[in-house]
Amino acid sequence: MCSRFADRAVRAGTAVIAIAALAACPRERRTFHDSPPAASVAAESAKSVRSDSGVSREGPYGDNAYALYQGKTLFAAFNCMGCHSHGGGGMGPPLMDSAWIYGYEPANIYATIANGRPNGMPSFKNRITPQQIWELVAYVRSMSGQGSKAARTSRNDEMEVRAAESQTTTEKPVLVTPPPTVNPPAQEGHP
Amino acid sequence: MSALCGCALALLGCGVDSERTPAGAEGQEPHIMLQKPLPPGGTGAQIEAAATAPEDGQWIRPAKDFASSRFSGLNEINTSNVAQLKPAWTFPTGVLRGQEAAPIVVGHMMYVVTAYPNLLYAFDLSKPGASLKWMYNPKPLTSSQGEACCDVVNRGASYADGKIIYATLDNNVVAVDAESGKEVWRTKVGDINKGETMTMAPLIVKDRVLVGNSGGEMGVRGWLKGLDLKTGAVKWTAMHTGPDSVVLIGQSFKPFYKKDQGADLGVKSWPGTTWQIGGGGVWGWISYDPALDLVFYGSSNPGPWNPEQRPGDNKWTSTFFARHPETGEAIWAYQINPHDLHDYDGVNESILLDIPWNGSKRGILVHPDRNGYMYALDRATGEVLYAKPYVHITSSDSVDLKTGELALNPTKEPKLGKTVRDVCPAAPGGKDWQPSSFSPRTGLMYVPHQNLCMDEQPTAVSYISGTPYVGMDVRMKPGIGGNRGFVTGWNPVTGSVVWRIAEPFPVWSGTLATAGDVVFYGTMEGWFKAVDARTGTLLWKYKTTSGIIGQPVAYRGPDGKEYVAVMSGVGGWSGAIVAGGLDPRDSSAALGFVGAMRDLPRVTPKGGTLYVFSLR
Repeated sequence: MCSRFADRAVRAGTAVIAIAALAACPRERRTFHDSPPAASVAAESAKSVRSDSGVSREGPYGDNAYALYQGKTLFAAFNCMGCHSHGGGGMGPPLMDSAWIYGYEPANIYATIANGRPNGMPSFKNRITPQQIWELVAYVRSMSGQGSKAARTSRNDEMEVRAAESQTTTEKPVLVTPPPTVNPPAQEGHP
Repeated sequence: MSALCGCALALLGCGVDSERTPAGAEGQEPHIMLQKPLPPGGTGAQIEAAATAPEDGQWIRPAKDFASSRFSGLNEINTSNVAQLKPAWTFPTGVLRGQEAAPIVVGHMMYVVTAYPNLLYAFDLSKPGASLKWMYNPKPLTSSQGEACCDVVNRGASYADGKIIYATLDNNVVAVDAESGKEVWRTKVGDINKGETMTMAPLIVKDRVLVGNSGGEMGVRGWLKGLDLKTGAVKWTAMHTGPDSVVLIGQSFKPFYKKDQGADLGVKSWPGTTWQIGGGGVWGWISYDPALDLVFYGSSNPGPWNPEQRPGDNKWTSTFFARHPETGEAIWAYQINPHDLHDYDGVNESILLDIPWNGSKRGILVHPDRNGYMYALDRATGEVLYAKPYVHITSSDSVDLKTGELALNPTKEPKLGKTVRDVCPAAPGGKDWQPSSFSPRTGLMYVPHQNLCMDEQPTAVSYISGTPYVGMDVRMKPGIGGNRGFVTGWNPVTGSVVWRIAEPFPVWSGTLATAGDVVFYGTMEGWFKAVDARTGTLLWKYKTTSGIIGQPVAYRGPDGKEYVAVMSGVGGWSGAIVAGGLDPRDSSAALGFVGAMRDLPRVTPKGGTLYVFSLR
């Protein structure tokens, strides 16, 4: 099917070949029963996991449009949106900017979702499957333009409140320390 | 620039609503508009705040008195000399989140509660520079920060019986010895794992400490509790959803309107068991009438915001209640926003006034609701004497005084899969928590508020305990005129605007009225302003280091001089973009408030400083 289509495309001109190749072949692989990569997420120590830990640079789904869309759906369904909005933040920090408090590598984000973080991020470990967490990881990274641009979702199903992930500029992620609660630390009792 | 935007918006609004006459439409506003000249001497001679005490120079609770007048009888600082006001001393609290608390002054001491982690600072005003005497840290759970919908604010403490009493973000009510700073008692009254937090200032009436929970955005079940002042023991709990027995509705309960009468409406007006996660918290203000022995307060919005998931009236959310403080027993209730569509909480303040009404004296409470109407209710019965728009309203047409019903505009009803545009007022309402004041000298109320509209679209949402239960995409924008805030001088007898000051940003600070005929308020850019109580004319302003969303107070220092104090430190729902470092590219951030506040980070940094001003 694919080669026959290409044969015809040769006669139609090289520009069409390029478009056809991009649009039609090879079709993206969809995995419906994926196991999470071998990275020992439970042992993840924040900010130390790098791409050599068994998790690919973009996690298992960073270039998978289907999984990214699933992640976007889960982001709403598990009320992530309630705190992080569409990436701009609210009760929780923004996810579309360059600043990452607990690490920006896929395994860091996996651990954040699975185990929670001390300043208000709840643990979703027993509420959601590992595969779904990885889909969320991919989507969360796509909010700041990480991962494959072609795979990122290109529209919102609801009211437009921000540019689609596919239109988002790719931020260069940086680690930040969480803003101190009290600065300078106030001493209890009589000064 | 903002004026241009406003014109565009106004045109847009005309296009959308050309056949409708929006309630309260005022068109383009000049900076100050004197709409109804005051009679010489004002109307004050006929109006007085109920339940005030002679001026003693103190400020022992955020609302100053039980009538919630926020009026200081001090007049050393007045219209003729306020221009000479200068900072007397300042104190950086070290906490850089929204500072909504009122400083409390008792004798020669001042007390201030910060935003999370809810530090309590005590200053000795008799010492040079008002030196710090002690600091108390209640050590709230760090995870409580993730349960607070709209910045980790605290609206202040109250003083009684030698104790400073306030609520922490993680649901502890603490009583601290006012002299030593030692904790006297601590009572845990809520659970952050259910989405509950606490941000309101307690009201202390006789031997009861009245507190309620926040979390209308988290699927909490709202309540008001009465704690024992001596021990902190919970003496009663009035739920705001559920059967009458737990709402503390009994034989004495006499709602004025038929729509609020019937058995177990807190269950029957909900589908299935959704009342158990239906919201209706209490995080605003409570007033008290000693003559009737009743407290008055409103409950919050229902959850989730998506109204299609909760068909019915959703009682007793967004409802005004009168209760006996000793027992919590409900006397009357008036549901202001049945089946609320737009996050119109009923928690805003009520000022208790005795006014001339049809030839006799009437005891009323005046309540500026989120839905854009100023309500005057009879304090004894809950009858609505008037409900008049104080902002531009498109979400409803009027309030029927015979039935008490709010006539909704059906074209602004949110429906799944549909974007509803130009809903005015926006979710924070015509006015949010920021409390008004009242001067018996002018007879006017001074109402700080916003001028915002919104587009919204519901989304399906599931309840997961401890996570937001909202189900609504929102993007807010400036209302007609382009300015996002107002301070309005309101005549509570005629129910009309006397003067109005337009501010570029929402006026998220409280106001303070004084016997010097000066009204104080702060702006989100950081200006602390004094205006003429009769005309709204600007008399003085001072730029603080951060946006002001706190409550100004006035007191007489140990040296006999008058001081005015306010916290500076931007944040709250409106200032979340700065306090939380949110991304302006997402207009739905902070439940849609960021859409209207993109320029705030350019005009103010975070802050957390106490300012005290005097003439010398």
